[in-house]
Amino acid sequence: MSKVISMHDAIRDLVHDGDTIAIEGFTHLICFAAAHEIIRQRKNDLTLCRLTPDIIYDQMIAAGVCKKLVFSYAGNPGVGSLQAFRRAVEKNEPRALELEEYSHFGMVARYLAGAARLPFYPLHSYTGSDLPKANPQIREIGSPYADEKIYVVPPLNPDVAILHAQRADENGNAQIWGLTGVQKEAAFASERVIVVVEELVDERVIRADPNRTIIPGLIVNAVVVEPYGAHPSYVQGMYDRDNAFYVEWDTISREASTLNAWLDEWVHGLSGRADYVEKMRARFESLHPGNAFAEPINYGEYK
Amino acid sequence: MNYSQNELMIAAAARELQGARVAFVGVGLPNIVCNLAQRSHSPNLELVYEAGVFGAHPARLPLSIGDPTIVTGAVGAMGMSDLFQFYLQRGLIDVGFLGAAQIDQYGNINTTVIGDYKKPKVRLPGSGGAAEIAVLCEKILVITRLNKRAFVPRVDFITSPGHLGGGDARKKLNVRGRGPEAVITDLCILRFAEDTREMMVTSLHPNVTREKVQENIGWQVRFAENVETTEAPSEQELQLIRDELDPKGLYSR
Repeated sequence: MSKVISMHDAIRDLVHDGDTIAIEGFTHLICFAAAHEIIRQRKNDLTLCRLTPDIIYDQMIAAGVCKKLVFSYAGNPGVGSLQAFRRAVEKNEPRALELEEYSHFGMVARYLAGAARLPFYPLHSYTGSDLPKANPQIREIGSPYADEKIYVVPPLNPDVAILHAQRADENGNAQIWGLTGVQKEAAFASERVIVVVEELVDERVIRADPNRTIIPGLIVNAVVVEPYGAHPSYVQGMYDRDNAFYVEWDTISREASTLNAWLDEWVHGLSGRADYVEKMRARFESLHPGNAFAEPINYGEYK
Repeated sequence: MNYSQNELMIAAAARELQGARVAFVGVGLPNIVCNLAQRSHSPNLELVYEAGVFGAHPARLPLSIGDPTIVTGAVGAMGMSDLFQFYLQRGLIDVGFLGAAQIDQYGNINTTVIGDYKKPKVRLPGSGGAAEIAVLCEKILVITRLNKRAFVPRVDFITSPGHLGGGDARKKLNVRGRGPEAVITDLCILRFAEDTREMMVTSLHPNVTREKVQENIGWQVRFAENVETTEAPSEQELQLIRDELDPKGLYSR
């Protein structure tokens, strides 16, 4: 049976107040469409997990849906600071924000432990860093095999992961190319998975190129088709990162008032992503890349 | 050709990569530095981006370190789990190039908070991959502009460990990589004393005085016995910076 539903219904049915959620994607494939729908539906008390909160969580923090952040780099990539994040941490505006902070490798390791259902994950990091003092969840243990100490991090198992992809079939078998970030680990770590795609394809397309399947439909609860759903981030081969918007966000977010006005106009004032795409359309024209095709490969037919 | 202090800093930093085979590219200034090195004297330099790319050949300067241009034409694109475990933790990276909001005399870097962690005066972005880059790369190079706010006697928070308390502190903790080797700034280049691992000025940029450097450092800085004068950027380096890498002058003006 098809798992394709609207973004509105996916968020209504699968994201609950108080949930721990991960909208992942490292610079690439960040599902802003889902974040905006969560803001529109005024979900509350969410714990938001992401390596890079990016402007997607800056918007959610400003909208007041987030009570806690689990993260490793809270900057506006290539630009500077995240202003709403800073207001929350430095001034408790619009509400206090609890922080649980790691490094990128630490977050990757947390998802790996979560995905493989392990009790912890070891990594060579944190030696000499103050991060373990700031976050007691980062602990040091002795190796059972050698006279060696190593830091470990606990599993991360979000209630919901929302993951953007280039394409999927109606069962949620999703394929990604370009930077795959932690999409796979976050999907397997989570209790529920929403896959959001640029393009819905026939199962034959998936089966013709199985190496590219990152998330199997087996663990997917809903498929949402939302072209341009990752803007202002990007989708490899489909549209470029809107770097100008990331720079503009610095200005928009400087003051809570201008940020709120932006949310009113671009989130609350719209009924969904289709409206956003229509309103943003002029911008997209300059974001289409040229073509760079891979050589076709032969999987072979074995009868 | 005339040049800005930032252009000189970027060119001098890129020259530090001569002879390196694999560089881990940090966010901000390190990005333009590593791309300049690849386009000038080090065409075989393999660029590694934490976003999940080995052997990048960016056709434009990536604005963010997850820009799609780092993927197209790269040797390998992979998940971050493979990148951090098999490339970085496995020990395949010669040089990690980092920026710094705050750095102390032993090269410890803070990109987390100014002030107290629980009640920060300024909340900075945090580690990203820097905490493990600082530990796992064979050596570390740092690029940051010289000023008293950045160069402090003691950082408020050690995000990425340098030589910790100095001397053999790093060895005692069994940290894998050798730690910071040079700090390239817009006024001078600093390296670390063999014994104490204390930062000292080893090269002054043309027309920069010792007094000017001291004014911009928050402790009584040491100068090496023979302080050199940093070589000016070449015409080719300046052209690459101005025409190809940073035509808007975001990093270099």
